[in-house]
Amino acid sequence: MGLLLVENITHSYNPSHLFFKNKQSAAVLSDITLSIEEGQCLGLLGTSGAGKSTLGKVILGLEKPQKGQVIFQGIDLYDADKSTRRSIRRDLQVVFQDCYSSVNPRMNAEQIIGEPLQNYETLSLKEHYRTIGELLETVGLKADDRHKYPHQFSGGQLQRINIARAIALKPKLIVLDEAVSSLDMVNQTKILCLLNELKSSFGLSYLFITHDIKAAYSVSDTLAVMEKGEVAVLCEDKSQFFQLEHPSVRKMVESVLSEHPRYRSIPK
Amino acid sequence: MSPLSPGAERVLEVSGLNVTVKTAEGRLPIISNIGFELKRGRVLGLVGESGSGKSVTCLSILQLLDPTTTCMEGSICLQGRELNGLKKEEVRRIRGKEIALIMQNPMNAFSPLFTIGDQFIETIRTHTLLTKKQAIELALNSLQEVNLPDAFELMRKYPFQLSGGMLQRVMIAFAMCLRPAVLIADEPTTSLDMNNQMQVLCLLRRICTEYGTSILLISHDLGVIAEMADDVAVMQHGRIVEKAEVCELFDHPQHVYTKELLDARIQIGNNQPSKSLMRAQ
Repeated sequence: MGLLLVENITHSYNPSHLFFKNKQSAAVLSDITLSIEEGQCLGLLGTSGAGKSTLGKVILGLEKPQKGQVIFQGIDLYDADKSTRRSIRRDLQVVFQDCYSSVNPRMNAEQIIGEPLQNYETLSLKEHYRTIGELLETVGLKADDRHKYPHQFSGGQLQRINIARAIALKPKLIVLDEAVSSLDMVNQTKILCLLNELKSSFGLSYLFITHDIKAAYSVSDTLAVMEKGEVAVLCEDKSQFFQLEHPSVRKMVESVLSEHPRYRSIPK
Repeated sequence: MSPLSPGAERVLEVSGLNVTVKTAEGRLPIISNIGFELKRGRVLGLVGESGSGKSVTCLSILQLLDPTTTCMEGSICLQGRELNGLKKEEVRRIRGKEIALIMQNPMNAFSPLFTIGDQFIETIRTHTLLTKKQAIELALNSLQEVNLPDAFELMRKYPFQLSGGMLQRVMIAFAMCLRPAVLIADEPTTSLDMNNQMQVLCLLRRICTEYGTSILLISHDLGVIAEMADDVAVMQHGRIVEKAEVCELFDHPQHVYTKELLDARIQIGNNQPSKSLMRAQ
């Protein structure tokens, strides 16, 4: 039994807007079935507009799909009552692409990371203080950074704070929606290393949504490619991925930029 | 026009460029002693971490920094003409006509209130004496040159009706329609997905070879630099730490920071032959 089971998800956005009444509803996800095992990472690749982020939202319980089920640890997410959903939320965390808009600019690092702890745990003040210090050190920041505000951090540092907030409650699954896409190369590599470390030390599972094949490859165990709202390719063994003959995979592999100027794919 | 040999004429020369920002504690240097030259038909890659001063360098070339908060010293020479110290109106005539800029986020670069056509024609007519009809014709041609389908229909659309990749190509069409000598591309593909990235890079390469335009390519992605650049300048903490020809830089990096940057590339597994290796075999 997998940690997360997504069965036959179909979803579309209904344009109920005054001006667009006559337009047909646009299918965003059609008949998606996926599963994530405990301690595994699923890399979800695809071009922009393929429905990757919508699937992420459906899995997080933020967008009710029109058909299908999301089963997390044996419980149907959209069928559960309020208190069950609240306890599921604890094990299901998210890190978004835009690190600056996913934190409250009026809260300092301590308050940002402490919020989930306050909501779910009953810690004494001393324990609360100690836990936040530990979390900051886990993600490679200093415990003294707790008093800083978001604008005092760089993008890479702030993304670490977001990750610290996501792992504060020791969740089972973290949805990383383009979590490294807005960072520069050095920070990207650092964050990917951190994610790999956390995965092995806490036994976390990830759903890693990205359009960057290299980033997905370096953290994922299985890879899936989405195309026009469908899962076009599901590759259980990532080392086989580059040999796949599927046209969307080939297109993706071909647009990987070469690592050395001698092997350029763009002719002069 | 074909790209000329490495000893070709210098289109843009920047030397001794210092930018400081005025703060309560005094002047804080942002970039110090930047110097490089851009040759005709060549691509100069400017690479570095975020916060290393890449974008400030490009803004100072275009004289777009706020003079009330920043202070700029040094020489920026475009085809023998000194840009630093020119009057506002004179710089405005150069921007868009002789130096064009492509920005990172195409969604924010257009006005949402006007159609693509309106904005295109405004740009053309500001810099030339063309009539509206001629301007429309030039705009249509430019849009077709960047491989956009249905140029006529596109002119009537608003920016939010297009995807990011399409808008980025529209921006390139804008930038290229007046055949500027220098094109500054500030992270042109960072917000695009991989297929679009490839298309935009191919387009930039074609512009460079066909029109002999010199491109100053700013990026933090060494993949983009490896694909596009002829020469590379590496920036760290507001200084250029290393300048070299692209193959030379990737093969024999001299500076410690350059080596670190090259090591920070995400490798696709060691057991897995990477794309470059596959091509080499």
